[in-house]
Amino acid sequence: MISYRSIMTTSDTSVQTCCFHCGDNIVTEPLIADDKLFCCAGCKGVYQILAQNNLCSYYNYNSSPGEKKGHTEQHLEYLNDPGIFSKLVDYSDTKRTLITFYIPAIHCSSCLWLLEHLHKINSAVAHSRVDFLKKQVEITFDHNELPLKNLVEILISIGYEPLISLQDIVKDKSNLVNRDLILKIAVSGFCMGNVMLFSFPEYLGLSALEHQFQTLFGWLNLAFASVATFYCSRDFFVSAWGSLKNKVINLDTPLALIVAVLFIRSAYEIISGAGPGFSDTLIGLVFLLLMGRWVKQRTYNHISFNRDYRSYFPVAVTLLNEERVEVPVPINDLEIGARILVRNNEIVPADSILMKGEGCFDFSFVTGESQPQSKVLGEIIYAGGRQIGEAIEMEVVKPVSQSYLTRLWNNEAFKRSDQSKIKNFNDTIAQYFSVAVIAIALVSAGFWWYMGDTGKGWDAFSSVLIVACPCVLALSTPLTLSTVLGIFDRNDFYLKNTDVVEQLARIDTVVFDKTGTISCPETNNLTFSGELTLFEESLVSSVARNSSHPLSRQITKWLDGKDYLKADSYIEIPGKGISASFDPHEVLMGSRSFVSPESLSFSNASTVHVRIDGQYKGYFKINQKWRTSLKGLIVSLKVHYRLHVISGDHSDEKKDLMEVFPEYVPMLFNQSPQDKLEYVKRLQVDQNVVMMLGDGLNDAGALRQSDLGVAVTDNINNFTPGSDAILKGNAMGKMPQFISQARSAVLIIKCSFIIATIYNLIGVYFAVQGRLYPLTAAILMPMSTITIIILTNLANRYFAKKYKLR
Amino acid sequence: MNILYFLIGTSVIMALLFLAAFFWALKNGQHDDVYTPAVRMLFEDDKPEEEKPEGKE
Repeated sequence: MISYRSIMTTSDTSVQTCCFHCGDNIVTEPLIADDKLFCCAGCKGVYQILAQNNLCSYYNYNSSPGEKKGHTEQHLEYLNDPGIFSKLVDYSDTKRTLITFYIPAIHCSSCLWLLEHLHKINSAVAHSRVDFLKKQVEITFDHNELPLKNLVEILISIGYEPLISLQDIVKDKSNLVNRDLILKIAVSGFCMGNVMLFSFPEYLGLSALEHQFQTLFGWLNLAFASVATFYCSRDFFVSAWGSLKNKVINLDTPLALIVAVLFIRSAYEIISGAGPGFSDTLIGLVFLLLMGRWVKQRTYNHISFNRDYRSYFPVAVTLLNEERVEVPVPINDLEIGARILVRNNEIVPADSILMKGEGCFDFSFVTGESQPQSKVLGEIIYAGGRQIGEAIEMEVVKPVSQSYLTRLWNNEAFKRSDQSKIKNFNDTIAQYFSVAVIAIALVSAGFWWYMGDTGKGWDAFSSVLIVACPCVLALSTPLTLSTVLGIFDRNDFYLKNTDVVEQLARIDTVVFDKTGTISCPETNNLTFSGELTLFEESLVSSVARNSSHPLSRQITKWLDGKDYLKADSYIEIPGKGISASFDPHEVLMGSRSFVSPESLSFSNASTVHVRIDGQYKGYFKINQKWRTSLKGLIVSLKVHYRLHVISGDHSDEKKDLMEVFPEYVPMLFNQSPQDKLEYVKRLQVDQNVVMMLGDGLNDAGALRQSDLGVAVTDNINNFTPGSDAILKGNAMGKMPQFISQARSAVLIIKCSFIIATIYNLIGVYFAVQGRLYPLTAAILMPMSTITIIILTNLANRYFAKKYKLR
Repeated sequence: MNILYFLIGTSVIMALLFLAAFFWALKNGQHDDVYTPAVRMLFEDDKPEEEKPEGKE
């Protein structure tokens, strides 16, 4: 008791008390364990588990490292199904199992420490290893002692719930590509170091004594140069050849040409003993080019753009067999005619008929409708709806692979080849660049031949090609763009690759989806038109509390904290409303026609009317809440960009939208996914460069059709439809800054191109005269590279600061 | 100065050995996660006396 009081006094003096586990401010009475304060039972529970297992060092590495736990009920029985088990684990024998979990909650060193000490909680865990940046933990455990289900339960109990989805079963092998590139960089780096060493005497001028080594050095250099040409720069030749076959010139074409010319000339000089060759320039060039490729390929591991509809579905569904026993079944094994159980908040996995229970489905993700829809027994429910309310029984009528949602996803119209994208700056400039360089080379060669100096002509021709290298482009573009990618990443805007930055800079039209994109999916704004006394409020709240209808739930939430009165009688008529009596009062709640049949019928799905003791009191209206940053965003966007709104929802909220958007903005409602796609297509035909912001599957087609599809989401681990970028909901207000930053990046690339051209002109000046010495080439190239790296870095930072991006 | 032939040969072979070591490390997955080990090494070693206060629960 004494310790309790002392804690209370200290907490009174401090302005705010924070939870020991999660660090949130404690608003209500704190819970206490071991002299520590906790905000909720969840946080306290985690602490107690850790304390029991001597894992309190968790709290030493960081203050309040935990995260608040959601109160979601878990049905993990499916994890014990052998079929699912074998798909989830990486390796399993009779004694040991190795599994990799993706855990979004990993965020600090305490997490790392705790997850690597799982063996203290349960000795069946032999080993656990965290990959911090990927947010993955690899666990080796004995599945005889500790079934997979219990392992997942342990993780959930300490606040680290793994994300298990169908997509995880299909492990992607993207890492292997990168490894190959790193090998090539290592080899070219090795060659470069050695060649520099052997070329050094040449730079300083050879004394008579050293001349005996000249041939040796030359041949060694040639050996390394062949490795660099035939192994390290293979990709450039392949890519150049591929683009030539398609009769286009990309950036790799001149690069491959230069590498080839450098190699041939060096080989000729060394074999004939005419000179030292350009091996050092060649290998330096290859090394830098590969570095540029690596920078470009370096992606941010924590976001997956390759999710498809499978990750939206649960891994398993609950099947009711003949004896009406619940059995977990992998979703792909679901057969027609199977009886399944769908609980609150679960997704309907396949098109099925509602057989038992009260169905109320949230289709906002699939169709864009903001209000949940009530369904009656015998109705066909399309896959993708989320059940709200009680557990229901359904009979599957179509297998998962042929369901509405799956077909929608696989629709041919939604597939798009990447060729429709605008060409990036590099490939455009590469064409002119190549033509210009080859022209200069030919002219200078022609000049010397005309003068009768064939040797010099050949010299000049190859020198021009060598010195006018577009390597700066190949380096500055990925450097600049990946820096921008990093800046965006820190601001919760995740781009698929560097090309998207250039795309973003070209945008002139922005199309918004409504539900889930500009409206917050979770928080709705409830208003009551009319007046209720305090007692009447508790009456309404008590009635609503009995109902599982989503609107009732929202009313209960809105009237939180009112006294609960027990109803004497309670009748709920699905699709109409509720009548309840509290002796002597009588309450009617529901649709307008149900509550006051005599009045005019204006049907509005999202209103609840109230009548107490025969007297009409008013109605609740549910307004969607716009994202907080929306108003500011529209104000700044409308100046420079054409705006459009397309929604799959009904036009009820047009009036509210008009307050945010200027009146000339076109708004379309009741649009099907196909309509949305067509609309974007029409905008593109009219020469608009369209950015589409959407969230659900109903936007998937439009997102892919648009020049830049941005999926807006509140939880980046959620499923998002195929898109070029993922934007976290709270970062939406920064969109104008993102666009400005992207435009600056393109400007930086153009500036670096000009600087590179100046360097090249200096080189060409020597080259056309046939006076390009290996040393000049070896100095000019790194000089221009260093200038460009410094410039892009400084400029990017300057602009990020200017646009107030982190 | 003929010793240089030997030295150059040695230096190339040593460099090749280092390259081979890098190949091995890469294949072995040592470059897959370059962040976590840096954090992991800062943790205290588990002390054996941590077993003691178990009776307190």
